[in-house]
Amino acid sequence: MANRTLPLTLPIALLCSGCTGWQSVLDPHAIQASRLEQLIWLFVAVCGVVWVTVTVVLVMALLRRKTPYSHTDTRMTRIVRAAVIATVVIITGLAIVSFYATRGLSSSDATALEIRVRGYQWWWEVTYLDARADQVFITANEIHVPVGRTVSLQLAAADVIHSFWVPNLTGKQDLIPGRDNTLSFTPREIGVYRGQCAEFCGLQHAHMALLVVVESAGAFEHWRQGQLAPAATPRGGEQETGKHLFESKACASCHNIQGGTASGTVGPDLTHVASRRYIASGLLETNRGSIAAWVADPQTLKPGNNMPRVALDASELNALSAYLAALQ
Amino acid sequence: MSDSRQPGVSDAQLERPELESHLAATWRTPGGLWGVLSTVDHKIIGRRYIVTAFVFLALGGVLALLMRLQLAGSERRVLSADWYNQVFTMHGANMMFLFAVPVMEAMAIYLVPLMVGTRNIAFPRLNAFSYWLYLAGGIMLWTAFALNMAPDVGWFAYVPLSGPQFGAGKRADIWAQMITFTEIAALAVAIEIVVTVLKQRAPGMTLQRIPLFVWSMLVTAFLVILAMPTIMIASTCLILDRLVGTHFFNPSEGGDVLLWQHLFWFFGHPEVYIIFLPAVGMVSSLVATFAGRPVFGYLAMVLALISTGVLAFGLWVHHMFVVGLPRVGESFFTISSMSIAIPAGVQIFCWLATLWDGRLRFRVPLLFVIAFIITFVMGGLTGVMVASVPLDTQVHDTYFVVAHFHYVLIGGAVFPLIGAIYYWFPKMSGRLMSERIGRWVVGLLFVGFNLTFFPMHVLGLLGMPRRIYTYSPEMHWDALNLFSSVSATILAAGFLLFFIDVIRSLRRGPQAPENPWGASTLEWATTSPPPGYNFPRVPVVGSAQPLWDEPESLAVACGLRVDRRELLITSVVSAQPQAREASPRNSIWPFFAALASTLMLIASIFTPWAMVWGSVPVLITLIGWFWPKGDPEDEG
Amino acid sequence: MKERVQLDLADLPLHGQGQASPTWWGTAAFMLIEGSAFAVAIAMYLYLLGIAPSWPLAAAPPDVGPGAIVTLILLVSLVPNWLVGRWARQEALRKVQIGTVVMCFFGIAPLIVRAYEFKALNVWWDANAYGSVLWLLLGLHSTHLVTDLADTIVLAAVLFTRHAHNRRRLGDVEDNVMYWNFVVLTWLPIYGCIYWIPRL
Repeated sequence: MANRTLPLTLPIALLCSGCTGWQSVLDPHAIQASRLEQLIWLFVAVCGVVWVTVTVVLVMALLRRKTPYSHTDTRMTRIVRAAVIATVVIITGLAIVSFYATRGLSSSDATALEIRVRGYQWWWEVTYLDARADQVFITANEIHVPVGRTVSLQLAAADVIHSFWVPNLTGKQDLIPGRDNTLSFTPREIGVYRGQCAEFCGLQHAHMALLVVVESAGAFEHWRQGQLAPAATPRGGEQETGKHLFESKACASCHNIQGGTASGTVGPDLTHVASRRYIASGLLETNRGSIAAWVADPQTLKPGNNMPRVALDASELNALSAYLAALQ
Repeated sequence: MSDSRQPGVSDAQLERPELESHLAATWRTPGGLWGVLSTVDHKIIGRRYIVTAFVFLALGGVLALLMRLQLAGSERRVLSADWYNQVFTMHGANMMFLFAVPVMEAMAIYLVPLMVGTRNIAFPRLNAFSYWLYLAGGIMLWTAFALNMAPDVGWFAYVPLSGPQFGAGKRADIWAQMITFTEIAALAVAIEIVVTVLKQRAPGMTLQRIPLFVWSMLVTAFLVILAMPTIMIASTCLILDRLVGTHFFNPSEGGDVLLWQHLFWFFGHPEVYIIFLPAVGMVSSLVATFAGRPVFGYLAMVLALISTGVLAFGLWVHHMFVVGLPRVGESFFTISSMSIAIPAGVQIFCWLATLWDGRLRFRVPLLFVIAFIITFVMGGLTGVMVASVPLDTQVHDTYFVVAHFHYVLIGGAVFPLIGAIYYWFPKMSGRLMSERIGRWVVGLLFVGFNLTFFPMHVLGLLGMPRRIYTYSPEMHWDALNLFSSVSATILAAGFLLFFIDVIRSLRRGPQAPENPWGASTLEWATTSPPPGYNFPRVPVVGSAQPLWDEPESLAVACGLRVDRRELLITSVVSAQPQAREASPRNSIWPFFAALASTLMLIASIFTPWAMVWGSVPVLITLIGWFWPKGDPEDEG
Repeated sequence: MKERVQLDLADLPLHGQGQASPTWWGTAAFMLIEGSAFAVAIAMYLYLLGIAPSWPLAAAPPDVGPGAIVTLILLVSLVPNWLVGRWARQEALRKVQIGTVVMCFFGIAPLIVRAYEFKALNVWWDANAYGSVLWLLLGLHSTHLVTDLADTIVLAAVLFTRHAHNRRRLGDVEDNVMYWNFVVLTWLPIYGCIYWIPRL
């Protein structure tokens, strides 16, 4: 962050003492986001100088002592002409810089990690693709990637338009029904980065977040193996009851848990739900209590979302949450 | 069949007092309800339009305050998700369709005929009709809001969210039909402006002598004519998809989701210039008067207006930079979007040059010009930023863009508008507004606006997307949002004070003479407010600043009749007199036609057959409207 | 303000002809608006064509018969239309009256055939986007025909009243003639889109 000392950016820097932060354009952790951040500061600097110049000229014009209006404007004509030419030059320069930045953003990397992201109202389905069918797995709302390797996202939409945006990593791209879009990024630092749907998609657009976890190659591989495995077997009577409830009640008609009979595809895959840091697309941190709260009444926590309230008594709730909280 | 010289009382035979009383009788609008419903006087209709538009501004402002209240802190419960979505949709649709475009057209309806030296706007009954239709559309939308049926899909109503599958109920249909109401009204006014400016100018007002405000309205009118049909077709197709099962926007049956976006933004981008160009014209009027000299670079200014209008049609894809279009194509739109800064720059430089060399009088309208320049330039520059495709991939659909467009819309259009109201209020009402209160208004609006919206640039860069009804405390957006919300009260106070000044001045403001500001254009050559007939005799101009170049007396033409409503038709380029045209009398038919159209349009939200049986009353009222009356105005 | 008279307008006609008449310009502006709307509809057609895997989409191309007949009627109607315009300029009221009534029939005839034309499209509006845009194009133009017919009928009626003896009425006739030319002209690219592009 060494370049942030331009005087124009000082007020901004003062204002955003949270400049380092997750979901921030100004805190890049991937090659693409870095390039974009530099581009932004360049534009801010150039545009800032222009704005200051215009304001200064305005103030001078307002305050200067006037000579009587002389009806001859030849000198002024030359100045205005020069200003227009300067404008053209600046705009051309910015357009050229912008064009090169665009070229720098798109990359076609044959070794990229291919992931398909499918947007639903109001969650993200994530499918890790592979040529070998047995290496393909599905998760939701949380993407893990190894540091330093380019990730290529295939973006699809199941219902309405959504937009995939993780500002720390790269710019956004829309998910559009009937259209296949792509987005790629190359993460440079290990960390956890938050993203959020950036195209108004209905009632709970505000609660459609996702996480991208960038980790070392080893950690990623460990995670990947974990995700490929079927769901953890229930330990103890309560968890057994929970599994049974899950498979016999409405849950199974929407959700899938690998290794059991629940194979619904309408809602997020829950095979390893407890391995994710959040549930309900970034709404609640994952733990047994929040799972219970969510299952008990999803409509109060996220009004209008597509998960209905299923009537459960206290013991059923306990059993279910025990079961789900163990699905690492 | 008879022709030119008819019996009838000509103004050449009359002395001034008798002339004025004849004309007053001929051009009279009766009192009472009948007068209100049947008038075709552009000044009455223009004032009515302006007042209505400002009512919608106030309503839209209340919606904005509700949003800021909700977003002042994380996870607040002022508005539920559903209400918030209706509120932000209403705020955008109301401001764009019920306030911004209508108020600019309304100023033109009032001012353009006076500025070009004619007696009434062209097609005066169409003018009356357009107001009633506009009012009906606005009432329909706000009634829907009161009934919890307001559109909730954003002012841009993207499919599939607004389509038959995801847009439940009639909300999106109401949106689409509101578009129809307001677009027909706007198109009608645009036709009137084009014909008034091209064919009804005072003799001697060649193209180089047309006031810059009139030029800006001419260009705007063409933008309306060429852009609004697109949104009419688009909104019609949306209703068709929803009501009768067409598949224009359904990708699984050969339709396309992006087709909606192309159609909407092909209209949507010129729309913002439809709002901005009139404001630019107002700035030129204000700068010239309060610098005491004509605006520097008349030809450059006119060319800048025209090129802005042309370029406006070549930018629309910059609203779609992240939908996945080919990057090369998108880069073309970067270039075109950035290049519209050039004519904008030309105008700013010309105004600065005018101010540089002028003898400045720091009255309230000029203060608004200053506020405009500072604010709009910043908005224009963030516009250059978002014109860059890669940069836009980060800030698109974030609060950065919200900041940008409020800077250009409020800075670039509302500040000039309020300044213009201070300037032309004396002409419209016969009373001056308060200089003292006006300074407070400028100060509160300028400070309040910047404090409210500047932080939004930062919020966008900190990752805050648009159109979210709440956010979590761990995002650390609380402080800036609270700051913005609190500052919004300053902005609101400014508007409130403005409304108070308007009402106070209407009742107790000092009487205004014909030309309180010592301005140069023709509207100041008649009384404040002008009589129904505008000018006792049609003015004749010999320069672009008629009242400055010939301050002693006004050159006029005689020979028009006073026993029928007559005005002068002149040629397009050099304003040579061509004919004495009749101007229609008051008529109740435009009101009835608007009622019939309203019935048809609202019913067709619910059934397509309404277009069939609903058109019968419309046809009947149109026949009543156009059937010749055999009155003196019909003589040919 | 004091005035000084500089110009005398008394010799000017009470109503301008052609481009000296506001209604000519109003008609022209209306044509621009309608023309823009048609251009947008045609652009939609070409756009949907561009993204379609095949065209027409899951339907046979429209039968050429009714469309060709409508086109023929419209093109033939240009002759009496032109005549009416000429007679209006010559102020031959009788001929204008008859001609306008004839134009009413030329307005009804294509509408009758148009009913068959919709069926001959071989696709319903709700079948797919191709059907939808076809019905949109044909529907827009049909609305044109209907509104212009209503216009012409009312004008014809007025021409038989005392209000007919008026240059203003003949100006209305000339504007109506101009507008009918526009209605026929705008049909041609639409005709091309509906019937011939699928066969290319």
